[in-house]
Amino acid sequence: MWVYKKMLEYPADVTKPDPVFAKSLFSQFGGPDSELSAALRYFSQAWTMPIPEGKSTLISIGTEEMAHWEIVGTLIYKLIKGVPVEELVAAGLGAHYSQHDRALYPHDAAGVPWMAAYIQSLGDPIADIHEDLAAEEKARATYEHLIDQSRDPKVIDTLSFLRQREIVHFQRFGEVLDLLYDYLDKDRRDDKDHRKKPRK
Amino acid sequence: MHDMVAMLRQIQAIQFAAIELHLYLNTHPRDQRALEEYNELVCKLEQLEAEYTERYGMLYMLQQSGFPWEWNREPWPWDINYSA
Repeated sequence: MWVYKKMLEYPADVTKPDPVFAKSLFSQFGGPDSELSAALRYFSQAWTMPIPEGKSTLISIGTEEMAHWEIVGTLIYKLIKGVPVEELVAAGLGAHYSQHDRALYPHDAAGVPWMAAYIQSLGDPIADIHEDLAAEEKARATYEHLIDQSRDPKVIDTLSFLRQREIVHFQRFGEVLDLLYDYLDKDRRDDKDHRKKPRK
Repeated sequence: MHDMVAMLRQIQAIQFAAIELHLYLNTHPRDQRALEEYNELVCKLEQLEAEYTERYGMLYMLQQSGFPWEWNREPWPWDINYSA
């Protein structure tokens, strides 16, 4: 189960509303490489991860991703709070306003709703961890594209924290990959095909 | 509000170090020095959180509550100005 903690992992403030940037930031709320995709990808993979270090890493990082989703949502909420309808329309959020007012909804920067097809859970631990390593790099690159677009030092501070977390997660998944190879090599020494799912 | 935010930021800082060591320990479960540091940080975090809860109400879903029900207390995390 999960227990909600009534605080953000890191401060999320904006100097002033900025609906144009809010629209871009939806990429990390409901886009392919968003925090939402990250969390659901890691949680989905955890059931069939064979090694304890992999199970704990998927659950712990998945949980941190949910905290990041909350931070990104908070930034968007503050960036569009109190912005008049005409300004939302001018910023390209007219379609969003029609369907969601100023509510948060998991869609990407172009308004495409979040979908499970963005993520994979293959049951092959090597393939799954490679997917996770790629996901962390894609999220890092997205944060860099977002930082390039913002002039708000408060927003940049929070996005820099989130970008840095992608790098740490990549590191931890890399260690899981090494541990998996050790585990599968041992399996192969026991005369099992390493391409097959490990049996225990 | 100012004191509450100052306390939250203190919790965030120590919690961050604890999260970082937590993730590290997942892949280095036998690193005794990291484990000791982690336990020290969690001990500090628990003390701070107990103090916060005493003043501002429940921080986690399943904690005891004073009257009236504390979980409904404003502000929620997204309505806080952290730079104030």
